[in-house]
Amino acid sequence: MNLILLRPELALLATAVAVILVDLFVKRKGILTVLSIIGLVIAGVYTLLMWDAGGQSVAGLIVVDNFALFFKMLFLGIAAFVILSSTDYVGKFSNFHGEYHALILLATLGMTLLSSATELITLYVSLEVLSLSVYALTGFLKDPKSSESSLKYMLLGAVSSAVLLYGMALIFGFTGTTQLSGIAAAVDRVASSSILDNPGLLMGIALLIAGFGFKVAAVPFQLWVPDVYEGAPTPIVGFLSVGSKAAGFALILRVFYTAFETPEWLSLDWGTVYAVIATLGMIVGNVSAIGQGNIKRLLGYSSIAQAGYLLVGVATLGMAPSTEIIGRSAILFFLFSYALANLGAFAAIIAISNKINSDEIKDYAGMGRRAPLLSLCLTVCLISLIGMPPAAGFMAKFYLFNGAVQNGLLWLVIIAVLNSVVSAFYYLRVVKAMWVTPVDAANETASLEKIPASGALRVVLALTTLGVLYVGIAPDRVMNLAKWAAQIMGF
Amino acid sequence: MNFNYLSAIIFLPMLGAAVIAFVPGLKRNGVRALAFLFTLASLALAITVFVLFDQHVPGMQFEESASWIPAISANYHLGVDGLSMPLMVLTAFLGFMVVLISWKEEVRVREHFAWLLLLEASILGVFCSLDLLLFFIFWEIEVIPMYFLISVWGAGRKEYSSIKYVIYTLFGSAFMLAGILTVYFTTGSLNMIDLAKTGVAVYASAIPVTAMFFLLFIGFAVKLPVFPLHTWLPDAHTDAPTAGSVMLAGALIKMGGYGMIRVCLSLFPDVARQYSVLLITLAVIGIVYGAAVTLRQTDLKRMIAYSSVSHMGVVLLGIFALGEVSVTGAALQMVSHGLLTGLLFAMAGFTMHSAHERDLRKLGGLARQMPITAVVFSIAGLGSLGLPLTSGFVAEFVTLSGSFSSTVFSGIHIFVIVAAIAVVLAAGYILWMLQRVFYGPPQEQFAHAHDADAMERVYMFSFVVLIILIGVYPSLLANIIRMGIAPLVPPI
Repeated sequence: MNLILLRPELALLATAVAVILVDLFVKRKGILTVLSIIGLVIAGVYTLLMWDAGGQSVAGLIVVDNFALFFKMLFLGIAAFVILSSTDYVGKFSNFHGEYHALILLATLGMTLLSSATELITLYVSLEVLSLSVYALTGFLKDPKSSESSLKYMLLGAVSSAVLLYGMALIFGFTGTTQLSGIAAAVDRVASSSILDNPGLLMGIALLIAGFGFKVAAVPFQLWVPDVYEGAPTPIVGFLSVGSKAAGFALILRVFYTAFETPEWLSLDWGTVYAVIATLGMIVGNVSAIGQGNIKRLLGYSSIAQAGYLLVGVATLGMAPSTEIIGRSAILFFLFSYALANLGAFAAIIAISNKINSDEIKDYAGMGRRAPLLSLCLTVCLISLIGMPPAAGFMAKFYLFNGAVQNGLLWLVIIAVLNSVVSAFYYLRVVKAMWVTPVDAANETASLEKIPASGALRVVLALTTLGVLYVGIAPDRVMNLAKWAAQIMGF
Repeated sequence: MNFNYLSAIIFLPMLGAAVIAFVPGLKRNGVRALAFLFTLASLALAITVFVLFDQHVPGMQFEESASWIPAISANYHLGVDGLSMPLMVLTAFLGFMVVLISWKEEVRVREHFAWLLLLEASILGVFCSLDLLLFFIFWEIEVIPMYFLISVWGAGRKEYSSIKYVIYTLFGSAFMLAGILTVYFTTGSLNMIDLAKTGVAVYASAIPVTAMFFLLFIGFAVKLPVFPLHTWLPDAHTDAPTAGSVMLAGALIKMGGYGMIRVCLSLFPDVARQYSVLLITLAVIGIVYGAAVTLRQTDLKRMIAYSSVSHMGVVLLGIFALGEVSVTGAALQMVSHGLLTGLLFAMAGFTMHSAHERDLRKLGGLARQMPITAVVFSIAGLGSLGLPLTSGFVAEFVTLSGSFSSTVFSGIHIFVIVAAIAVVLAAGYILWMLQRVFYGPPQEQFAHAHDADAMERVYMFSFVVLIILIGVYPSLLANIIRMGIAPLVPPI
């Protein structure tokens, strides 16, 4: 057992335990934030130390390859941003600060393990570590809405886990192994003519698609999204929308690329299924978002649409899995850009809703005057989510759609770009409320009060906004990183 | 010549916008002074480029190139030729003028000037970019400033008009993005100059070139605008603030015509020829329909807006008549229309603010209170209807005669004759408008109206001088443009 490769995960686990213990003894809960960040930094340093280690394995269950390293750093970064932007929010609950931070760290642990897992059981267990932590976090406010969202998320999540597990069982039954590489070898031997003799394999793959679809909020497995987004604590929504989604895509990429990349007829099949799911996701997400008055619900539907764009990348992968690196690296690049923009947007929303106690878009009126910099950050992040230059979202879409066009998915790209136009409509409604809509006279006095934001939140806002602009204007470094991370994936 | 003129021209206004937006404690005067200085510097450099430009050399000058995103072979590549240089100078000129025009702005001054400067920078970027991705990025950046200019400082149904503008523009650019991706997929290059040398048709591709052409064309057609994609234009022009209308009508919609020549024509010459009947039909419909609708308008700004639809139809006609003369005429028409309509909107805005009225049925007799305005407005109007000795005459004459002698398909003469008749309608609506606004008995309720002050006279006369200069001495521009057009127009 090459446990040295698990140092980042062990660091996270130790920090989570330490946070719970320290919580018992200290009064100033700010310590917990500092402690969590230190733990994340240590895990990050350990990850960086393995940066060139590429391709070592722990007992065939866990692999440390470029892909896993990229995702580990991404998840650690996301967790750090979420914890920093929570500092303005945790005041809402009097107790359980330690548990809150520990659960975020444990969820992160699940994500980092999951990005390395090369075996179905390990993969499932890490997914459950992630999911259970997030179910608990969703209900943390303990008000009716938050509890409802937690219960809803858990029930549907349990069903999706069952579906996933059943799919894994079928695939195990068909191939006789839970190793992804073993599955790949077994699947490879199936001739396209004999596929109808193996309905179990197809059923298993279909169930995997459904199970993963739930995690990334793909249509038609997205029904939990709006309620959960509305009810859960805002930093957790940010975590969910970015972290869980990225984890889901890490899973999809790892499993489908490693196990089902060949034979070609099979990858074309699931590629086509993903193309259809992507189309549905973009249309359902964008059209439903148009009428939303609550910004968290709106971002919920937007995240469904964003998952749709990402699935365009997965479909590209299915069309040409082995020849093109561009499909894989484009998904990674998109996830990176999306994480920046969405975390920035949620950080701004936390600051605003803390002050005005509302998530309604109409209450954002006059925000441009009250908090110009904050509003500017939110505006830049929303523009990135639309996919307009000079923000990162544009480059991400350009790169992703470029891959799709190269692999014969022009029709899907045209649907996607037209969907971006629809999305501009509702994202700009938020922008309009902040900068254009006049404040009604009744709220005149309230509308002059400044929006306070802690130093930690400001750091998050500044880093995400500048990051969005940097990646949008000079994307080369991140693109190369994504290419590097896409190079080794199988094992 | 190591100095990067074009980068400086583009990024000075952008820098100005950032300074105005972020430097704390700026007051109204400081903001205006900064906007004035940054746009003036940009204009000065643009004029320098005009003077240094060698009009006997075809192809690109003042080129700058640097590696930008090697992963997708995109470069930071700028340059101007005889086609883009005049449009670039026009934009810098209008960018400076709109600072003067909005000198008296009092609402959210910092944001107003910051957006104006960012808008100018993005349009300049479009005219100077030689890399398709860079071109597209500048093309898209323009949307946000324009959205804010209309929705915050506009009038009437400003929120409706601004979002309509955004949705139409993004709709067009969605297709354009798909078109750029197909071109990139087919050729592996984003370099507009390299691509123009061979055209896209020589590359084998799974995607038909016709599809690529029309994906790109739709993007440009929304902006120009081409009938039936024009309906955003009257709303946006009418409800935008004066400075916004001037930029919109003067420089922004020229991006459409420029893109058609630079991309559609030079990359897909065969498709352009194949579909010229269709495109010229659309152009003539636009000319006739635009003119007819203009006649019926009762709102001063809306009237000028609709006349743009007609005038841009002339541009489309000239481009897809595919003759060297006709395309040169189309480019001249873009510059001339930029000056004339820019001035018309400036004058309309000024008249409106002075008389507090923009309904043509209620206005009247303003020549008494505003003699200078009346004269300048009349010159702009006469230029717009194509009176000799103004730039409007030169541009329309060259375009129509060039199209008439084009051999792109037999029977084009009939189309041109119909278009020429419609151009005569312009005389009708312009003269009628001038008569309704300025002549007739002076009216009691406009007694408070005042004439232009010194600042306003400066910008009015700057426009007039250029309009007459080009009208009297057209070869000043025509030679430059023709040298730029020649390599781009496919031989027939």
